[in-house]
Amino acid sequence: MSASGHAAAAPRRPFAPSWGFRLGMLALVAYTAYAVPQLGLSWERLAVGFGEAGRFLARMVPPNFTRWELLVEGLVESLQIAVLASAIGIALSLPLGVLAARNLAPWWINAPVRGVIAICRSLHYVIVAILFVKAIGFGALAGVAALVVASVGFIAKLFAEALEEISMKPVEAVRAAGAGTMAVLIYAVLPQVASRFVGFCLYQLDSNLRNSTLVGIVGAGGIGGTLFAAFKRFDYDFVSAILIAIIAMIFLAELVSGRVRAALR
Amino acid sequence: MTGATTATAAATGNAAPARAGADPMRPLDREWSRFTPRQRLARWLVWLGVVAAVAWAVRSIDIIPEFLADAPAQMADLLVRMWPPDLAHYYPEVHTALVETLHIATLGTILAFFLAVPVALLAARNICHIAPLNWLAQLVLVASRSVNSLVWALIFVAVFGPGAAAGVFAIAFRSIGFVGKLLAEALEEASPGPVEALRAAGAGWGATMLKAVWPQVRPAFWGIALFRWDINVRESAVLGLVGAGGIGVVLNDAIDFFQWDRVATVLLAILAVVLVAEVVVNRIRGRLI
Repeated sequence: MSASGHAAAAPRRPFAPSWGFRLGMLALVAYTAYAVPQLGLSWERLAVGFGEAGRFLARMVPPNFTRWELLVEGLVESLQIAVLASAIGIALSLPLGVLAARNLAPWWINAPVRGVIAICRSLHYVIVAILFVKAIGFGALAGVAALVVASVGFIAKLFAEALEEISMKPVEAVRAAGAGTMAVLIYAVLPQVASRFVGFCLYQLDSNLRNSTLVGIVGAGGIGGTLFAAFKRFDYDFVSAILIAIIAMIFLAELVSGRVRAALR
Repeated sequence: MTGATTATAAATGNAAPARAGADPMRPLDREWSRFTPRQRLARWLVWLGVVAAVAWAVRSIDIIPEFLADAPAQMADLLVRMWPPDLAHYYPEVHTALVETLHIATLGTILAFFLAVPVALLAARNICHIAPLNWLAQLVLVASRSVNSLVWALIFVAVFGPGAAAGVFAIAFRSIGFVGKLLAEALEEASPGPVEALRAAGAGWGATMLKAVWPQVRPAFWGIALFRWDINVRESAVLGLVGAGGIGVVLNDAIDFFQWDRVATVLLAILAVVLVAEVVVNRIRGRLI
């Protein structure tokens, strides 16, 4: 009896969504129904918004490139911020990554260094940029400082993770041959991780370039300031020109870094 | 000994048979190097390029020396003003803003998935076989990723007016590119075997998707969802700086009034939420995958 009941139930099992899945979906719908009114979202508002979006897009449509000097100046400053922030960030991340690796540094060094890296990573770079703008004034320097913090938070962590995955045999061999700490790092550790490090650095340069187009919104230099000013003046045709220029620059940078990465591999 | 000599003979025979007769040790004097001259030149050029880029940036960036000189004093002043944090300010103002931020991040992620799943299906070459549609979907994904969430927020503040609605849409539109790209990659890695089996058994498109493709991408799907939610919590904290709701509005107000002890409270609240979100995500991921 029970065997036939089992046989009858068995063919349906693989095709029925599980109860966990159904409950999850129900919870999702319930949450959406609860949260949407909390945020003051309503159909009328969305409908009005989509009407506005049409007008907004219409005003953006012929992009206005007449003030191209301003555009180029902003893009070049963003590029400088990205290059400098990446260079300083990588230079700081190399020692910090070594100090944060659990297999290379004792716990009383790697634990606090890990904490510093985690704090660098937790704060959004725009918030860091605001603090630096208040502390060291408007301009590109604040942008560089903010992106250095963001870079350290990101690549020092990746460096440390890569270093923790190395094989300890070359390290032991070099150490047994009487090498000092620096020699161990250069001849036993670095060759194992160099190619991954280069990959991380390129990735960070890419993301710094994206982020450097933005820190200007809070006054930290680069094209973001121009963009924010254009938005505030409702200068939407210039806004679309700036957005097109930013997207083109990022796309170009992605192409170049993709080529470099392929050449290094 | 004999083994060693035969091995050398074999090696010289392979390396330079013509000159082996003249001096049997000669080929061994060759200097081995890891890279060919061309590779070495390319590497030097890359390093040169890096150094030149940094030198150019240092020389031409617009840095005001007076600002640089008094930076440490200003930093110390800022930290002194921030201490002690005005914790009484936390409830109710910061608390409600924080809850709103979490709602923006979560609703934005849900909306992003609703919009990104169809785009990902169109972008995956093994699911949509029409090349122009693949390209169109990829273009949508790249455009979404290239525009930063703060810029999306500026756009949606212009569309919906200031408030959380703009924040939700900004988060969603920024996430489409990220979610869609990773989801499309997961879809393309799905094994064609189960799909063909179900199709051969006469299943329709919907049943094939649900029973052959979805089980294969499910771990990737939840991984992407959790990862993006974590990122969105961080990003939604700053959207308020351009008026798109959440805790950024409170932060911006405190900064504009120079109430640095309140700023410190808000920053601590953001830090706590981000760290808690990361721990929660890691826990759930550990259990799901």
